[in-house]
Amino acid sequence: MKIDRRSFLAFVIGGAAGTTLSPLPWKLTDDISIWSQNWPWTPVPPRDERAFINSTCTLCPGGCGITVCKVGERVVKVEGRKDHPVNDGGVCPLGVAGVQLLYSPTRVRTPLKKVDGAWREIAWDTAIQEIAARLKDLREKGQPQSVAWVSDSDRGTVAELCKRFLTVYGSPNFIRTPSIQDSYELALYLTQGQRAMAGFDLANATYVLSFGSGVIEGWGSPPYLFRAKSAMQKAGGSFSQLEGRLSKTAAKADQFIPIKPGTEGALALSLVHVILKEGLYRKNFLQDHATGGEALTQLAGDDFAPESVAKLTGVEAKTIVDLAKAFAGAQKPLAVCGRGNGRQVSGNPQEFLAVHFLNALTGSVNAAGGVVAVPEPDYIDWPEPEMDAVASKGMQQARVDGAGGKDFPLSRYLLNRLPEVLNAGAASPVQALFVSGGNPAYSLADSATVEKALKKIPLIVSFSAFMDETAAMAHYILPNHVYLERFEDVPAAQGFPKPIIGLAKPVVKPLFNTRHTGDAVMQLAKAIGGNVAAAFGWESYAACLQESLGDKWDGLKAEGYWVDAKFSPAAFETKSKKFEFANADIALLPAYAALKAPGDDKSFPLTLVPFDTLRLGVGTIGAPPFLVKALEETLLTKNDGLVEINPADAQKLGLADGADAVLTTPRGSARVKVALSDGIMPGLVAMVRGLGHTAYDRFLAGKGVNINSLMSSVEAPGSGFEAAWGIRAQLTRA
Amino acid sequence: MEEPKANVTTSGSEHGEKKEDGAGGPIILFFILGLVSSLVVGWIFFPPLVYSTKRQPIDFNHALHNGLVDNGCESCHFFREDGTYSGAPKLAQCVQCHEEANSEDPEEIKFVENFVKKEREVPWLVYARQPACVFFSHAAHVKMANIDCVTCHGPIGESESLRPYQENRISGYSRDIWGKHPLGLKRNPWDRMKMDDCAECHAQAKVSAGSVQTQRDGCLVCHK
Repeated sequence: MKIDRRSFLAFVIGGAAGTTLSPLPWKLTDDISIWSQNWPWTPVPPRDERAFINSTCTLCPGGCGITVCKVGERVVKVEGRKDHPVNDGGVCPLGVAGVQLLYSPTRVRTPLKKVDGAWREIAWDTAIQEIAARLKDLREKGQPQSVAWVSDSDRGTVAELCKRFLTVYGSPNFIRTPSIQDSYELALYLTQGQRAMAGFDLANATYVLSFGSGVIEGWGSPPYLFRAKSAMQKAGGSFSQLEGRLSKTAAKADQFIPIKPGTEGALALSLVHVILKEGLYRKNFLQDHATGGEALTQLAGDDFAPESVAKLTGVEAKTIVDLAKAFAGAQKPLAVCGRGNGRQVSGNPQEFLAVHFLNALTGSVNAAGGVVAVPEPDYIDWPEPEMDAVASKGMQQARVDGAGGKDFPLSRYLLNRLPEVLNAGAASPVQALFVSGGNPAYSLADSATVEKALKKIPLIVSFSAFMDETAAMAHYILPNHVYLERFEDVPAAQGFPKPIIGLAKPVVKPLFNTRHTGDAVMQLAKAIGGNVAAAFGWESYAACLQESLGDKWDGLKAEGYWVDAKFSPAAFETKSKKFEFANADIALLPAYAALKAPGDDKSFPLTLVPFDTLRLGVGTIGAPPFLVKALEETLLTKNDGLVEINPADAQKLGLADGADAVLTTPRGSARVKVALSDGIMPGLVAMVRGLGHTAYDRFLAGKGVNINSLMSSVEAPGSGFEAAWGIRAQLTRA
Repeated sequence: MEEPKANVTTSGSEHGEKKEDGAGGPIILFFILGLVSSLVVGWIFFPPLVYSTKRQPIDFNHALHNGLVDNGCESCHFFREDGTYSGAPKLAQCVQCHEEANSEDPEEIKFVENFVKKEREVPWLVYARQPACVFFSHAAHVKMANIDCVTCHGPIGESESLRPYQENRISGYSRDIWGKHPLGLKRNPWDRMKMDDCAECHAQAKVSAGSVQTQRDGCLVCHK
């Protein structure tokens, strides 16, 4: 039998018919369709018991309540906690993305020691013993004051433990990272005599005037202010934004008044001038509750008449007068300040005072719908530590940053001055630096100088849970638990007008070989021994926290927060028991003058200003991938950072939208792309903060430009506060 | 006149058939050969190839346990407080009775040694696990419609040992979903649980409960 073409075809046709009559094609088709409907690479949460655990977010000082959804032992979602007094179900993008911080590839999984420039894993006890030996050595040499400690907070049990450690060890150099809290606290202290945090009853105001504050861009407690601003506007209130560019807050305001950045204080004093001159202030407040009105009249004298500041601020005299009338005429006006999210720079305290005076003149201090002095929490009431001779002597030394010294008697912390101090001499006055919060290597202005300064410190110990820029420069990393793994008190919600304590609690067991910073500090103290060890009588941080919170502990553990719902602000605590527009302390600060952006106008015809976006987080923690992915392409395209410029300026420079350019400031230069925007004032260029990381993971590192590497520190006169708001810049075609 | 006709294609084939008359036998033979061999491949060789067979980590005896507990299936396969269904028990439940081995049964000893002492969860293979795109609520069926376990799962509670688990090599799901029969034919509800089976029962019971989200019947009831 011959097999020819026809018989082969017959075989194939028979085969095809048979296959069709068998389950093979149908089953395969169906299985493939099921497979394609359930791509195996699409992540599906594991099937397990679902649990919802209430805790408090510690990613920024906002103090929001969160509800964490877990499936089995895996955290799958973070939501805003409903019924929470601060955020009532609201949550910011960083809060949602907190899950990615817990499972981040950039987490430090075990203590690390840098040996010959490379990280080696080290046992906890060995690391603590080694660091303690170095500290003992410094003490024996009589240099306990050469130890400094940087933290992003000075409140709550962890910060207090760090401070206590430093005190009993013998160093006055506990330094909080700069933020607008510095200026607000100083303004409240100088005028009201209160050591307090500024709270804003924005929801009950009827007119809000914001001097460049990113009220819906991460300023204060983000979800609280989001809601408060919306509630205020819905109730018929009005919101005016003074800013150099059309920020999100400006876009969502009822009135946007472009103003040359850096001159906000002059405008505030001009408003004061008009209000005083036209008698628009609340007379009963000024008569009964305030002193120093004459000095104020002098301060806001003719130099600040609307016509005088119109050119400086770029706001027309008539607009200033209208604004003053609208503000003073409102039933419950409120003025707020601190540019952007206010978390990197202290600001110029004279500007904050000017804005605070505005509030006082209109009776909006410690009143409904106004600024409220929220007292520092008082639950941490530990016995005074017993100091030995070395500690007492060390504590009497001047602070390394100059805060509280003869040049800056009013300031408490001046981290911005540290790089300059360290770079001044041959040997660093800081021999050991501890960093428990904040990321100074990234967030201080002028990165190159900061790096040079940090490199001079022979021992840097970071408690960071993530490999951030500062941790990368450290000699030891003693990684903290991430906030979803630990207990911690959150002693206030920034900008919230009532005293509140939140409790962060562990939602999952620690994933890695990390340790609570509170415990690490106590163990370090115990390893040093003597009086240092004796100051820490607690068995563990957990025991310390429970004891410190005392009778609030049970309620906090059950409820998750404690709030003083019936809070009413205390009476002024100044000598006169009144609000003081002028006194001896205020006189220590020179009168307000607008601070110039560093750099000469000729070589640098433009001014570079930073701005913030909620999409890059609200603190110093690097943005997790959820956020980076959500960035608009006017901020980041691929790995290129963008610089915003007015089309008129761009045309003069021959730059088209999306063009490659080089941005140069007196501090450095960077390759950028150009983003044209009609919303920015001519003469300004703006770039977002939070990009250009060199540390962290591949989702964040190398994307965009760190604007701090182009910025220069600007010391506010009299206080030494970091007041950099911009820098002269030049943009050229690449 | 006949010659030009031969050039026309149609008549050409007629011409060809006549010519190949004697070869009709082998062609049909080859056709049948192709048909039969593909049927054999499709029906006999193919079906087992689609599945890989796995053994359960522990050969659990349902019948034995069912005799010892008070509350039937729900003693171990219970509803959680929030109404969700617990499914296969977790180690914490087993440990309540099996902190130590209670017998000399090799499977129990294996369980205690490999899982209880090492505090590892047992990676049970779940025969009735629906694909990830399916939303199924036990509460709606058991608590609200009062359907008992056996109706859908069969008399698994009476089994003394666990049968092998067959996993579809393409989709990764259990064979119980698509059905044991190569054509997916079934005699009992637990022989197969595809979309049509859900729909059939819903149609019979005249259930047209809508989706909670859309208040409508249709896709979104099960495919969220």
